[in-house]
Amino acid sequence: MRAHRLGAALAVALTAALAACGSGEPAPRSTEAAQSPASAAAQGPVKLTYWTWAPNMDKIVAVWNQAHPDIQVTVSKQAGGDDAAAKYLTAAKAGNPPDLVQAEYQHLPSFIAADAVADLKAETAAIQGEFSEGLWRLVTLGTEGVYGVPQDSGPMMLFYRKDLFDKYGIEVPKTWQEYADAARAVRRKDPGVHLGTFSSKDPGAFTGLAQQAGAQWWSISGESWKVNIADEATRKVADYWGGLVKEGAIDDMPYFTPEWNKALNDGKLLTWPSAVWAPGVLSTNAPKAKGKWAAAPLPQWNAGESFSGFWGGSSTAVSAKTPSKAAAARFATWLNTDPAALELLVKEAAIYPAATKAQSALGEAPEYFADQPDFWQQAAAVSAGARGFTFGPNVGVTYNAFKDAFDKAVQNKSSFSAAVQAMQDATVADMRKSGFQIAQ
Amino acid sequence: MSHSRRNAWPYLFLTPAMVLFTLFLAVPIGYTVYLAMRRTRVSGLGLGKGARREVFVGLDNFAAALGDAELWHGWLRVLGYGALVLTVMLGLALLFALLLDSARVRLARFSRIAIFLPYAVPGVAATLLWGFLYLPSLSPLRDVLDVDLLGASTVTYSMANVAVWGGTGFNMLALYTTLRAIPRDLYEAARLDGASELQIALRVKIPILTPAIILTTVFSIIATIQVFTEPTTLRPLTNTISSTWSPLMKVYRDAFVTGDLYSAAATSIVIAAISLVLSLGFLRVVRDRAFEEG
Repeated sequence: MRAHRLGAALAVALTAALAACGSGEPAPRSTEAAQSPASAAAQGPVKLTYWTWAPNMDKIVAVWNQAHPDIQVTVSKQAGGDDAAAKYLTAAKAGNPPDLVQAEYQHLPSFIAADAVADLKAETAAIQGEFSEGLWRLVTLGTEGVYGVPQDSGPMMLFYRKDLFDKYGIEVPKTWQEYADAARAVRRKDPGVHLGTFSSKDPGAFTGLAQQAGAQWWSISGESWKVNIADEATRKVADYWGGLVKEGAIDDMPYFTPEWNKALNDGKLLTWPSAVWAPGVLSTNAPKAKGKWAAAPLPQWNAGESFSGFWGGSSTAVSAKTPSKAAAARFATWLNTDPAALELLVKEAAIYPAATKAQSALGEAPEYFADQPDFWQQAAAVSAGARGFTFGPNVGVTYNAFKDAFDKAVQNKSSFSAAVQAMQDATVADMRKSGFQIAQ
Repeated sequence: MSHSRRNAWPYLFLTPAMVLFTLFLAVPIGYTVYLAMRRTRVSGLGLGKGARREVFVGLDNFAAALGDAELWHGWLRVLGYGALVLTVMLGLALLFALLLDSARVRLARFSRIAIFLPYAVPGVAATLLWGFLYLPSLSPLRDVLDVDLLGASTVTYSMANVAVWGGTGFNMLALYTTLRAIPRDLYEAARLDGASELQIALRVKIPILTPAIILTTVFSIIATIQVFTEPTTLRPLTNTISSTWSPLMKVYRDAFVTGDLYSAAATSIVIAAISLVLSLGFLRVVRDRAFEEG
């Protein structure tokens, strides 16, 4: 508590006012240079700003800048996640967004709805074939427009402690039923250990699990949205985890907390249903367990299936306000389809590329998974069976409702499918308030 | 003519202040009020150009803010938290100020700095620090205390603890400075009349301190209403703090998480009005005590 804080009203107003005054990285306004590339030499190169959170992106962009003196890109490193999306929307509203932005798939519809990203249909017609249909849908929402170039994807896999599975005599679960049985078995063998945890702070993880079960939270039919978050598949997933939490078979600590790190490091958590980018997280958060983790396909709802969902993944979008749309689109295309750029993205930014041919070209397993040389082949196989869905225009509301509702459900040990219903209600209410057309 | 020119001078000197006031206070407040009376309307899918426009909705957003049950729950939570913080923090500040002022305390300078030091720790850092102490599997406190310090029934106390830890020093210093300004011969006289140190504290020092106590209380009320840092920083660590735990958190959520600047603007104006009413109301109640010299 600080007595000298600014007034509450001011905080919001000032933020808006300051954003309007410039967020430190004003987008260039060299309109002429962009519109007539021929005169670029005389007027100096087109300057583009690029918001991204992928590590080492500046090194990759340096390669582009070297080869393209006429289009110079400046990287502005951002904090990732929902905050980055909020920051971009605020900048766009204030009228000075960057020219390019790394946009997570689930946030892209909010960007489109706010008219903050440009339609790149003409500029990307040639590269559509480089991406799987599912990933391409994520940047079109199934509409006529193309609002970004897919960069990376996050198919979900089951990460597990191989050494401890051996120690407790547990098989790698093939179905969620087996996963539940394994969770109980672990508790019987060592009450200090859990097979896994359910995180009420990570809507992205839950979304991926719902996708695996076949959920379709949003869809577009004609001129209206269909919102179906509380569908049967999602409620099934919610009740499954709710049951395990209530029973105490798995833990309820959120991911990415100091406690969670400690549990991973100390071998108190044996699995993490996560996405293909998990090795990076594990190597930072659980350095002690290096070489002890392995990856397997997610457990299935029905034996014999091979479905997965997506947690995360992002695209490169171009601001609707940029005066240099063509140049920005050229860079976005190079970054995500050029073989040299893709190799750099994998090596330097540690991403799982969206471009199909780059996925199959991945060679050496991540260092953390040194004992699993076929890591990328596994990932490619999982990726082939991963199913996503169209995200809605107000994912921020939905994800916030997830956190509040599941926090409460975990805390009160109350029904998880009621929390899913709360997400549905909050999402629909917010869309109604803004006037979106909603189909029943 | 020379007369009017002389009268113009003060305005010239005031200009920088007026410009700054306009730029950084009047304009933002005006813009907030403007935003609070608007709302986005989308048509159809709400995708692409022209599907979204801003419309004037009058007082609708204010009505929504006042009718929002979650916001009132937030006020109730902050009220409970504030009652806790205010009494403990100001009580401790007064106690420490009196102790430091009494001649018998050794190491007064060291104690003064030690008590004040937490105030210098930024709120986020302080909360993170305490957060680690609260986390069940990391906390050394858990070996002694068998309670979940971030549980539903304890989390308010845990948060209040951070605020008290951070704020006591500042308030103590405000009171202590006032105490030092009291002429020493007042105490001399009281002692000659046979008053004990305790009696001097209760009958001489506290009455003289009253205006300072009122001032620190008003500051603390305002700061408590604006509680944001502690719950926001602790939220990722526990599932007992919702995204709308305090009214200001709801403003932040509306503006930056769910992208509804208009509701956020309306709610922030409601919060500002309530802060004003509460602090002015408190001043009114205690006015006679506060300014009795006048």
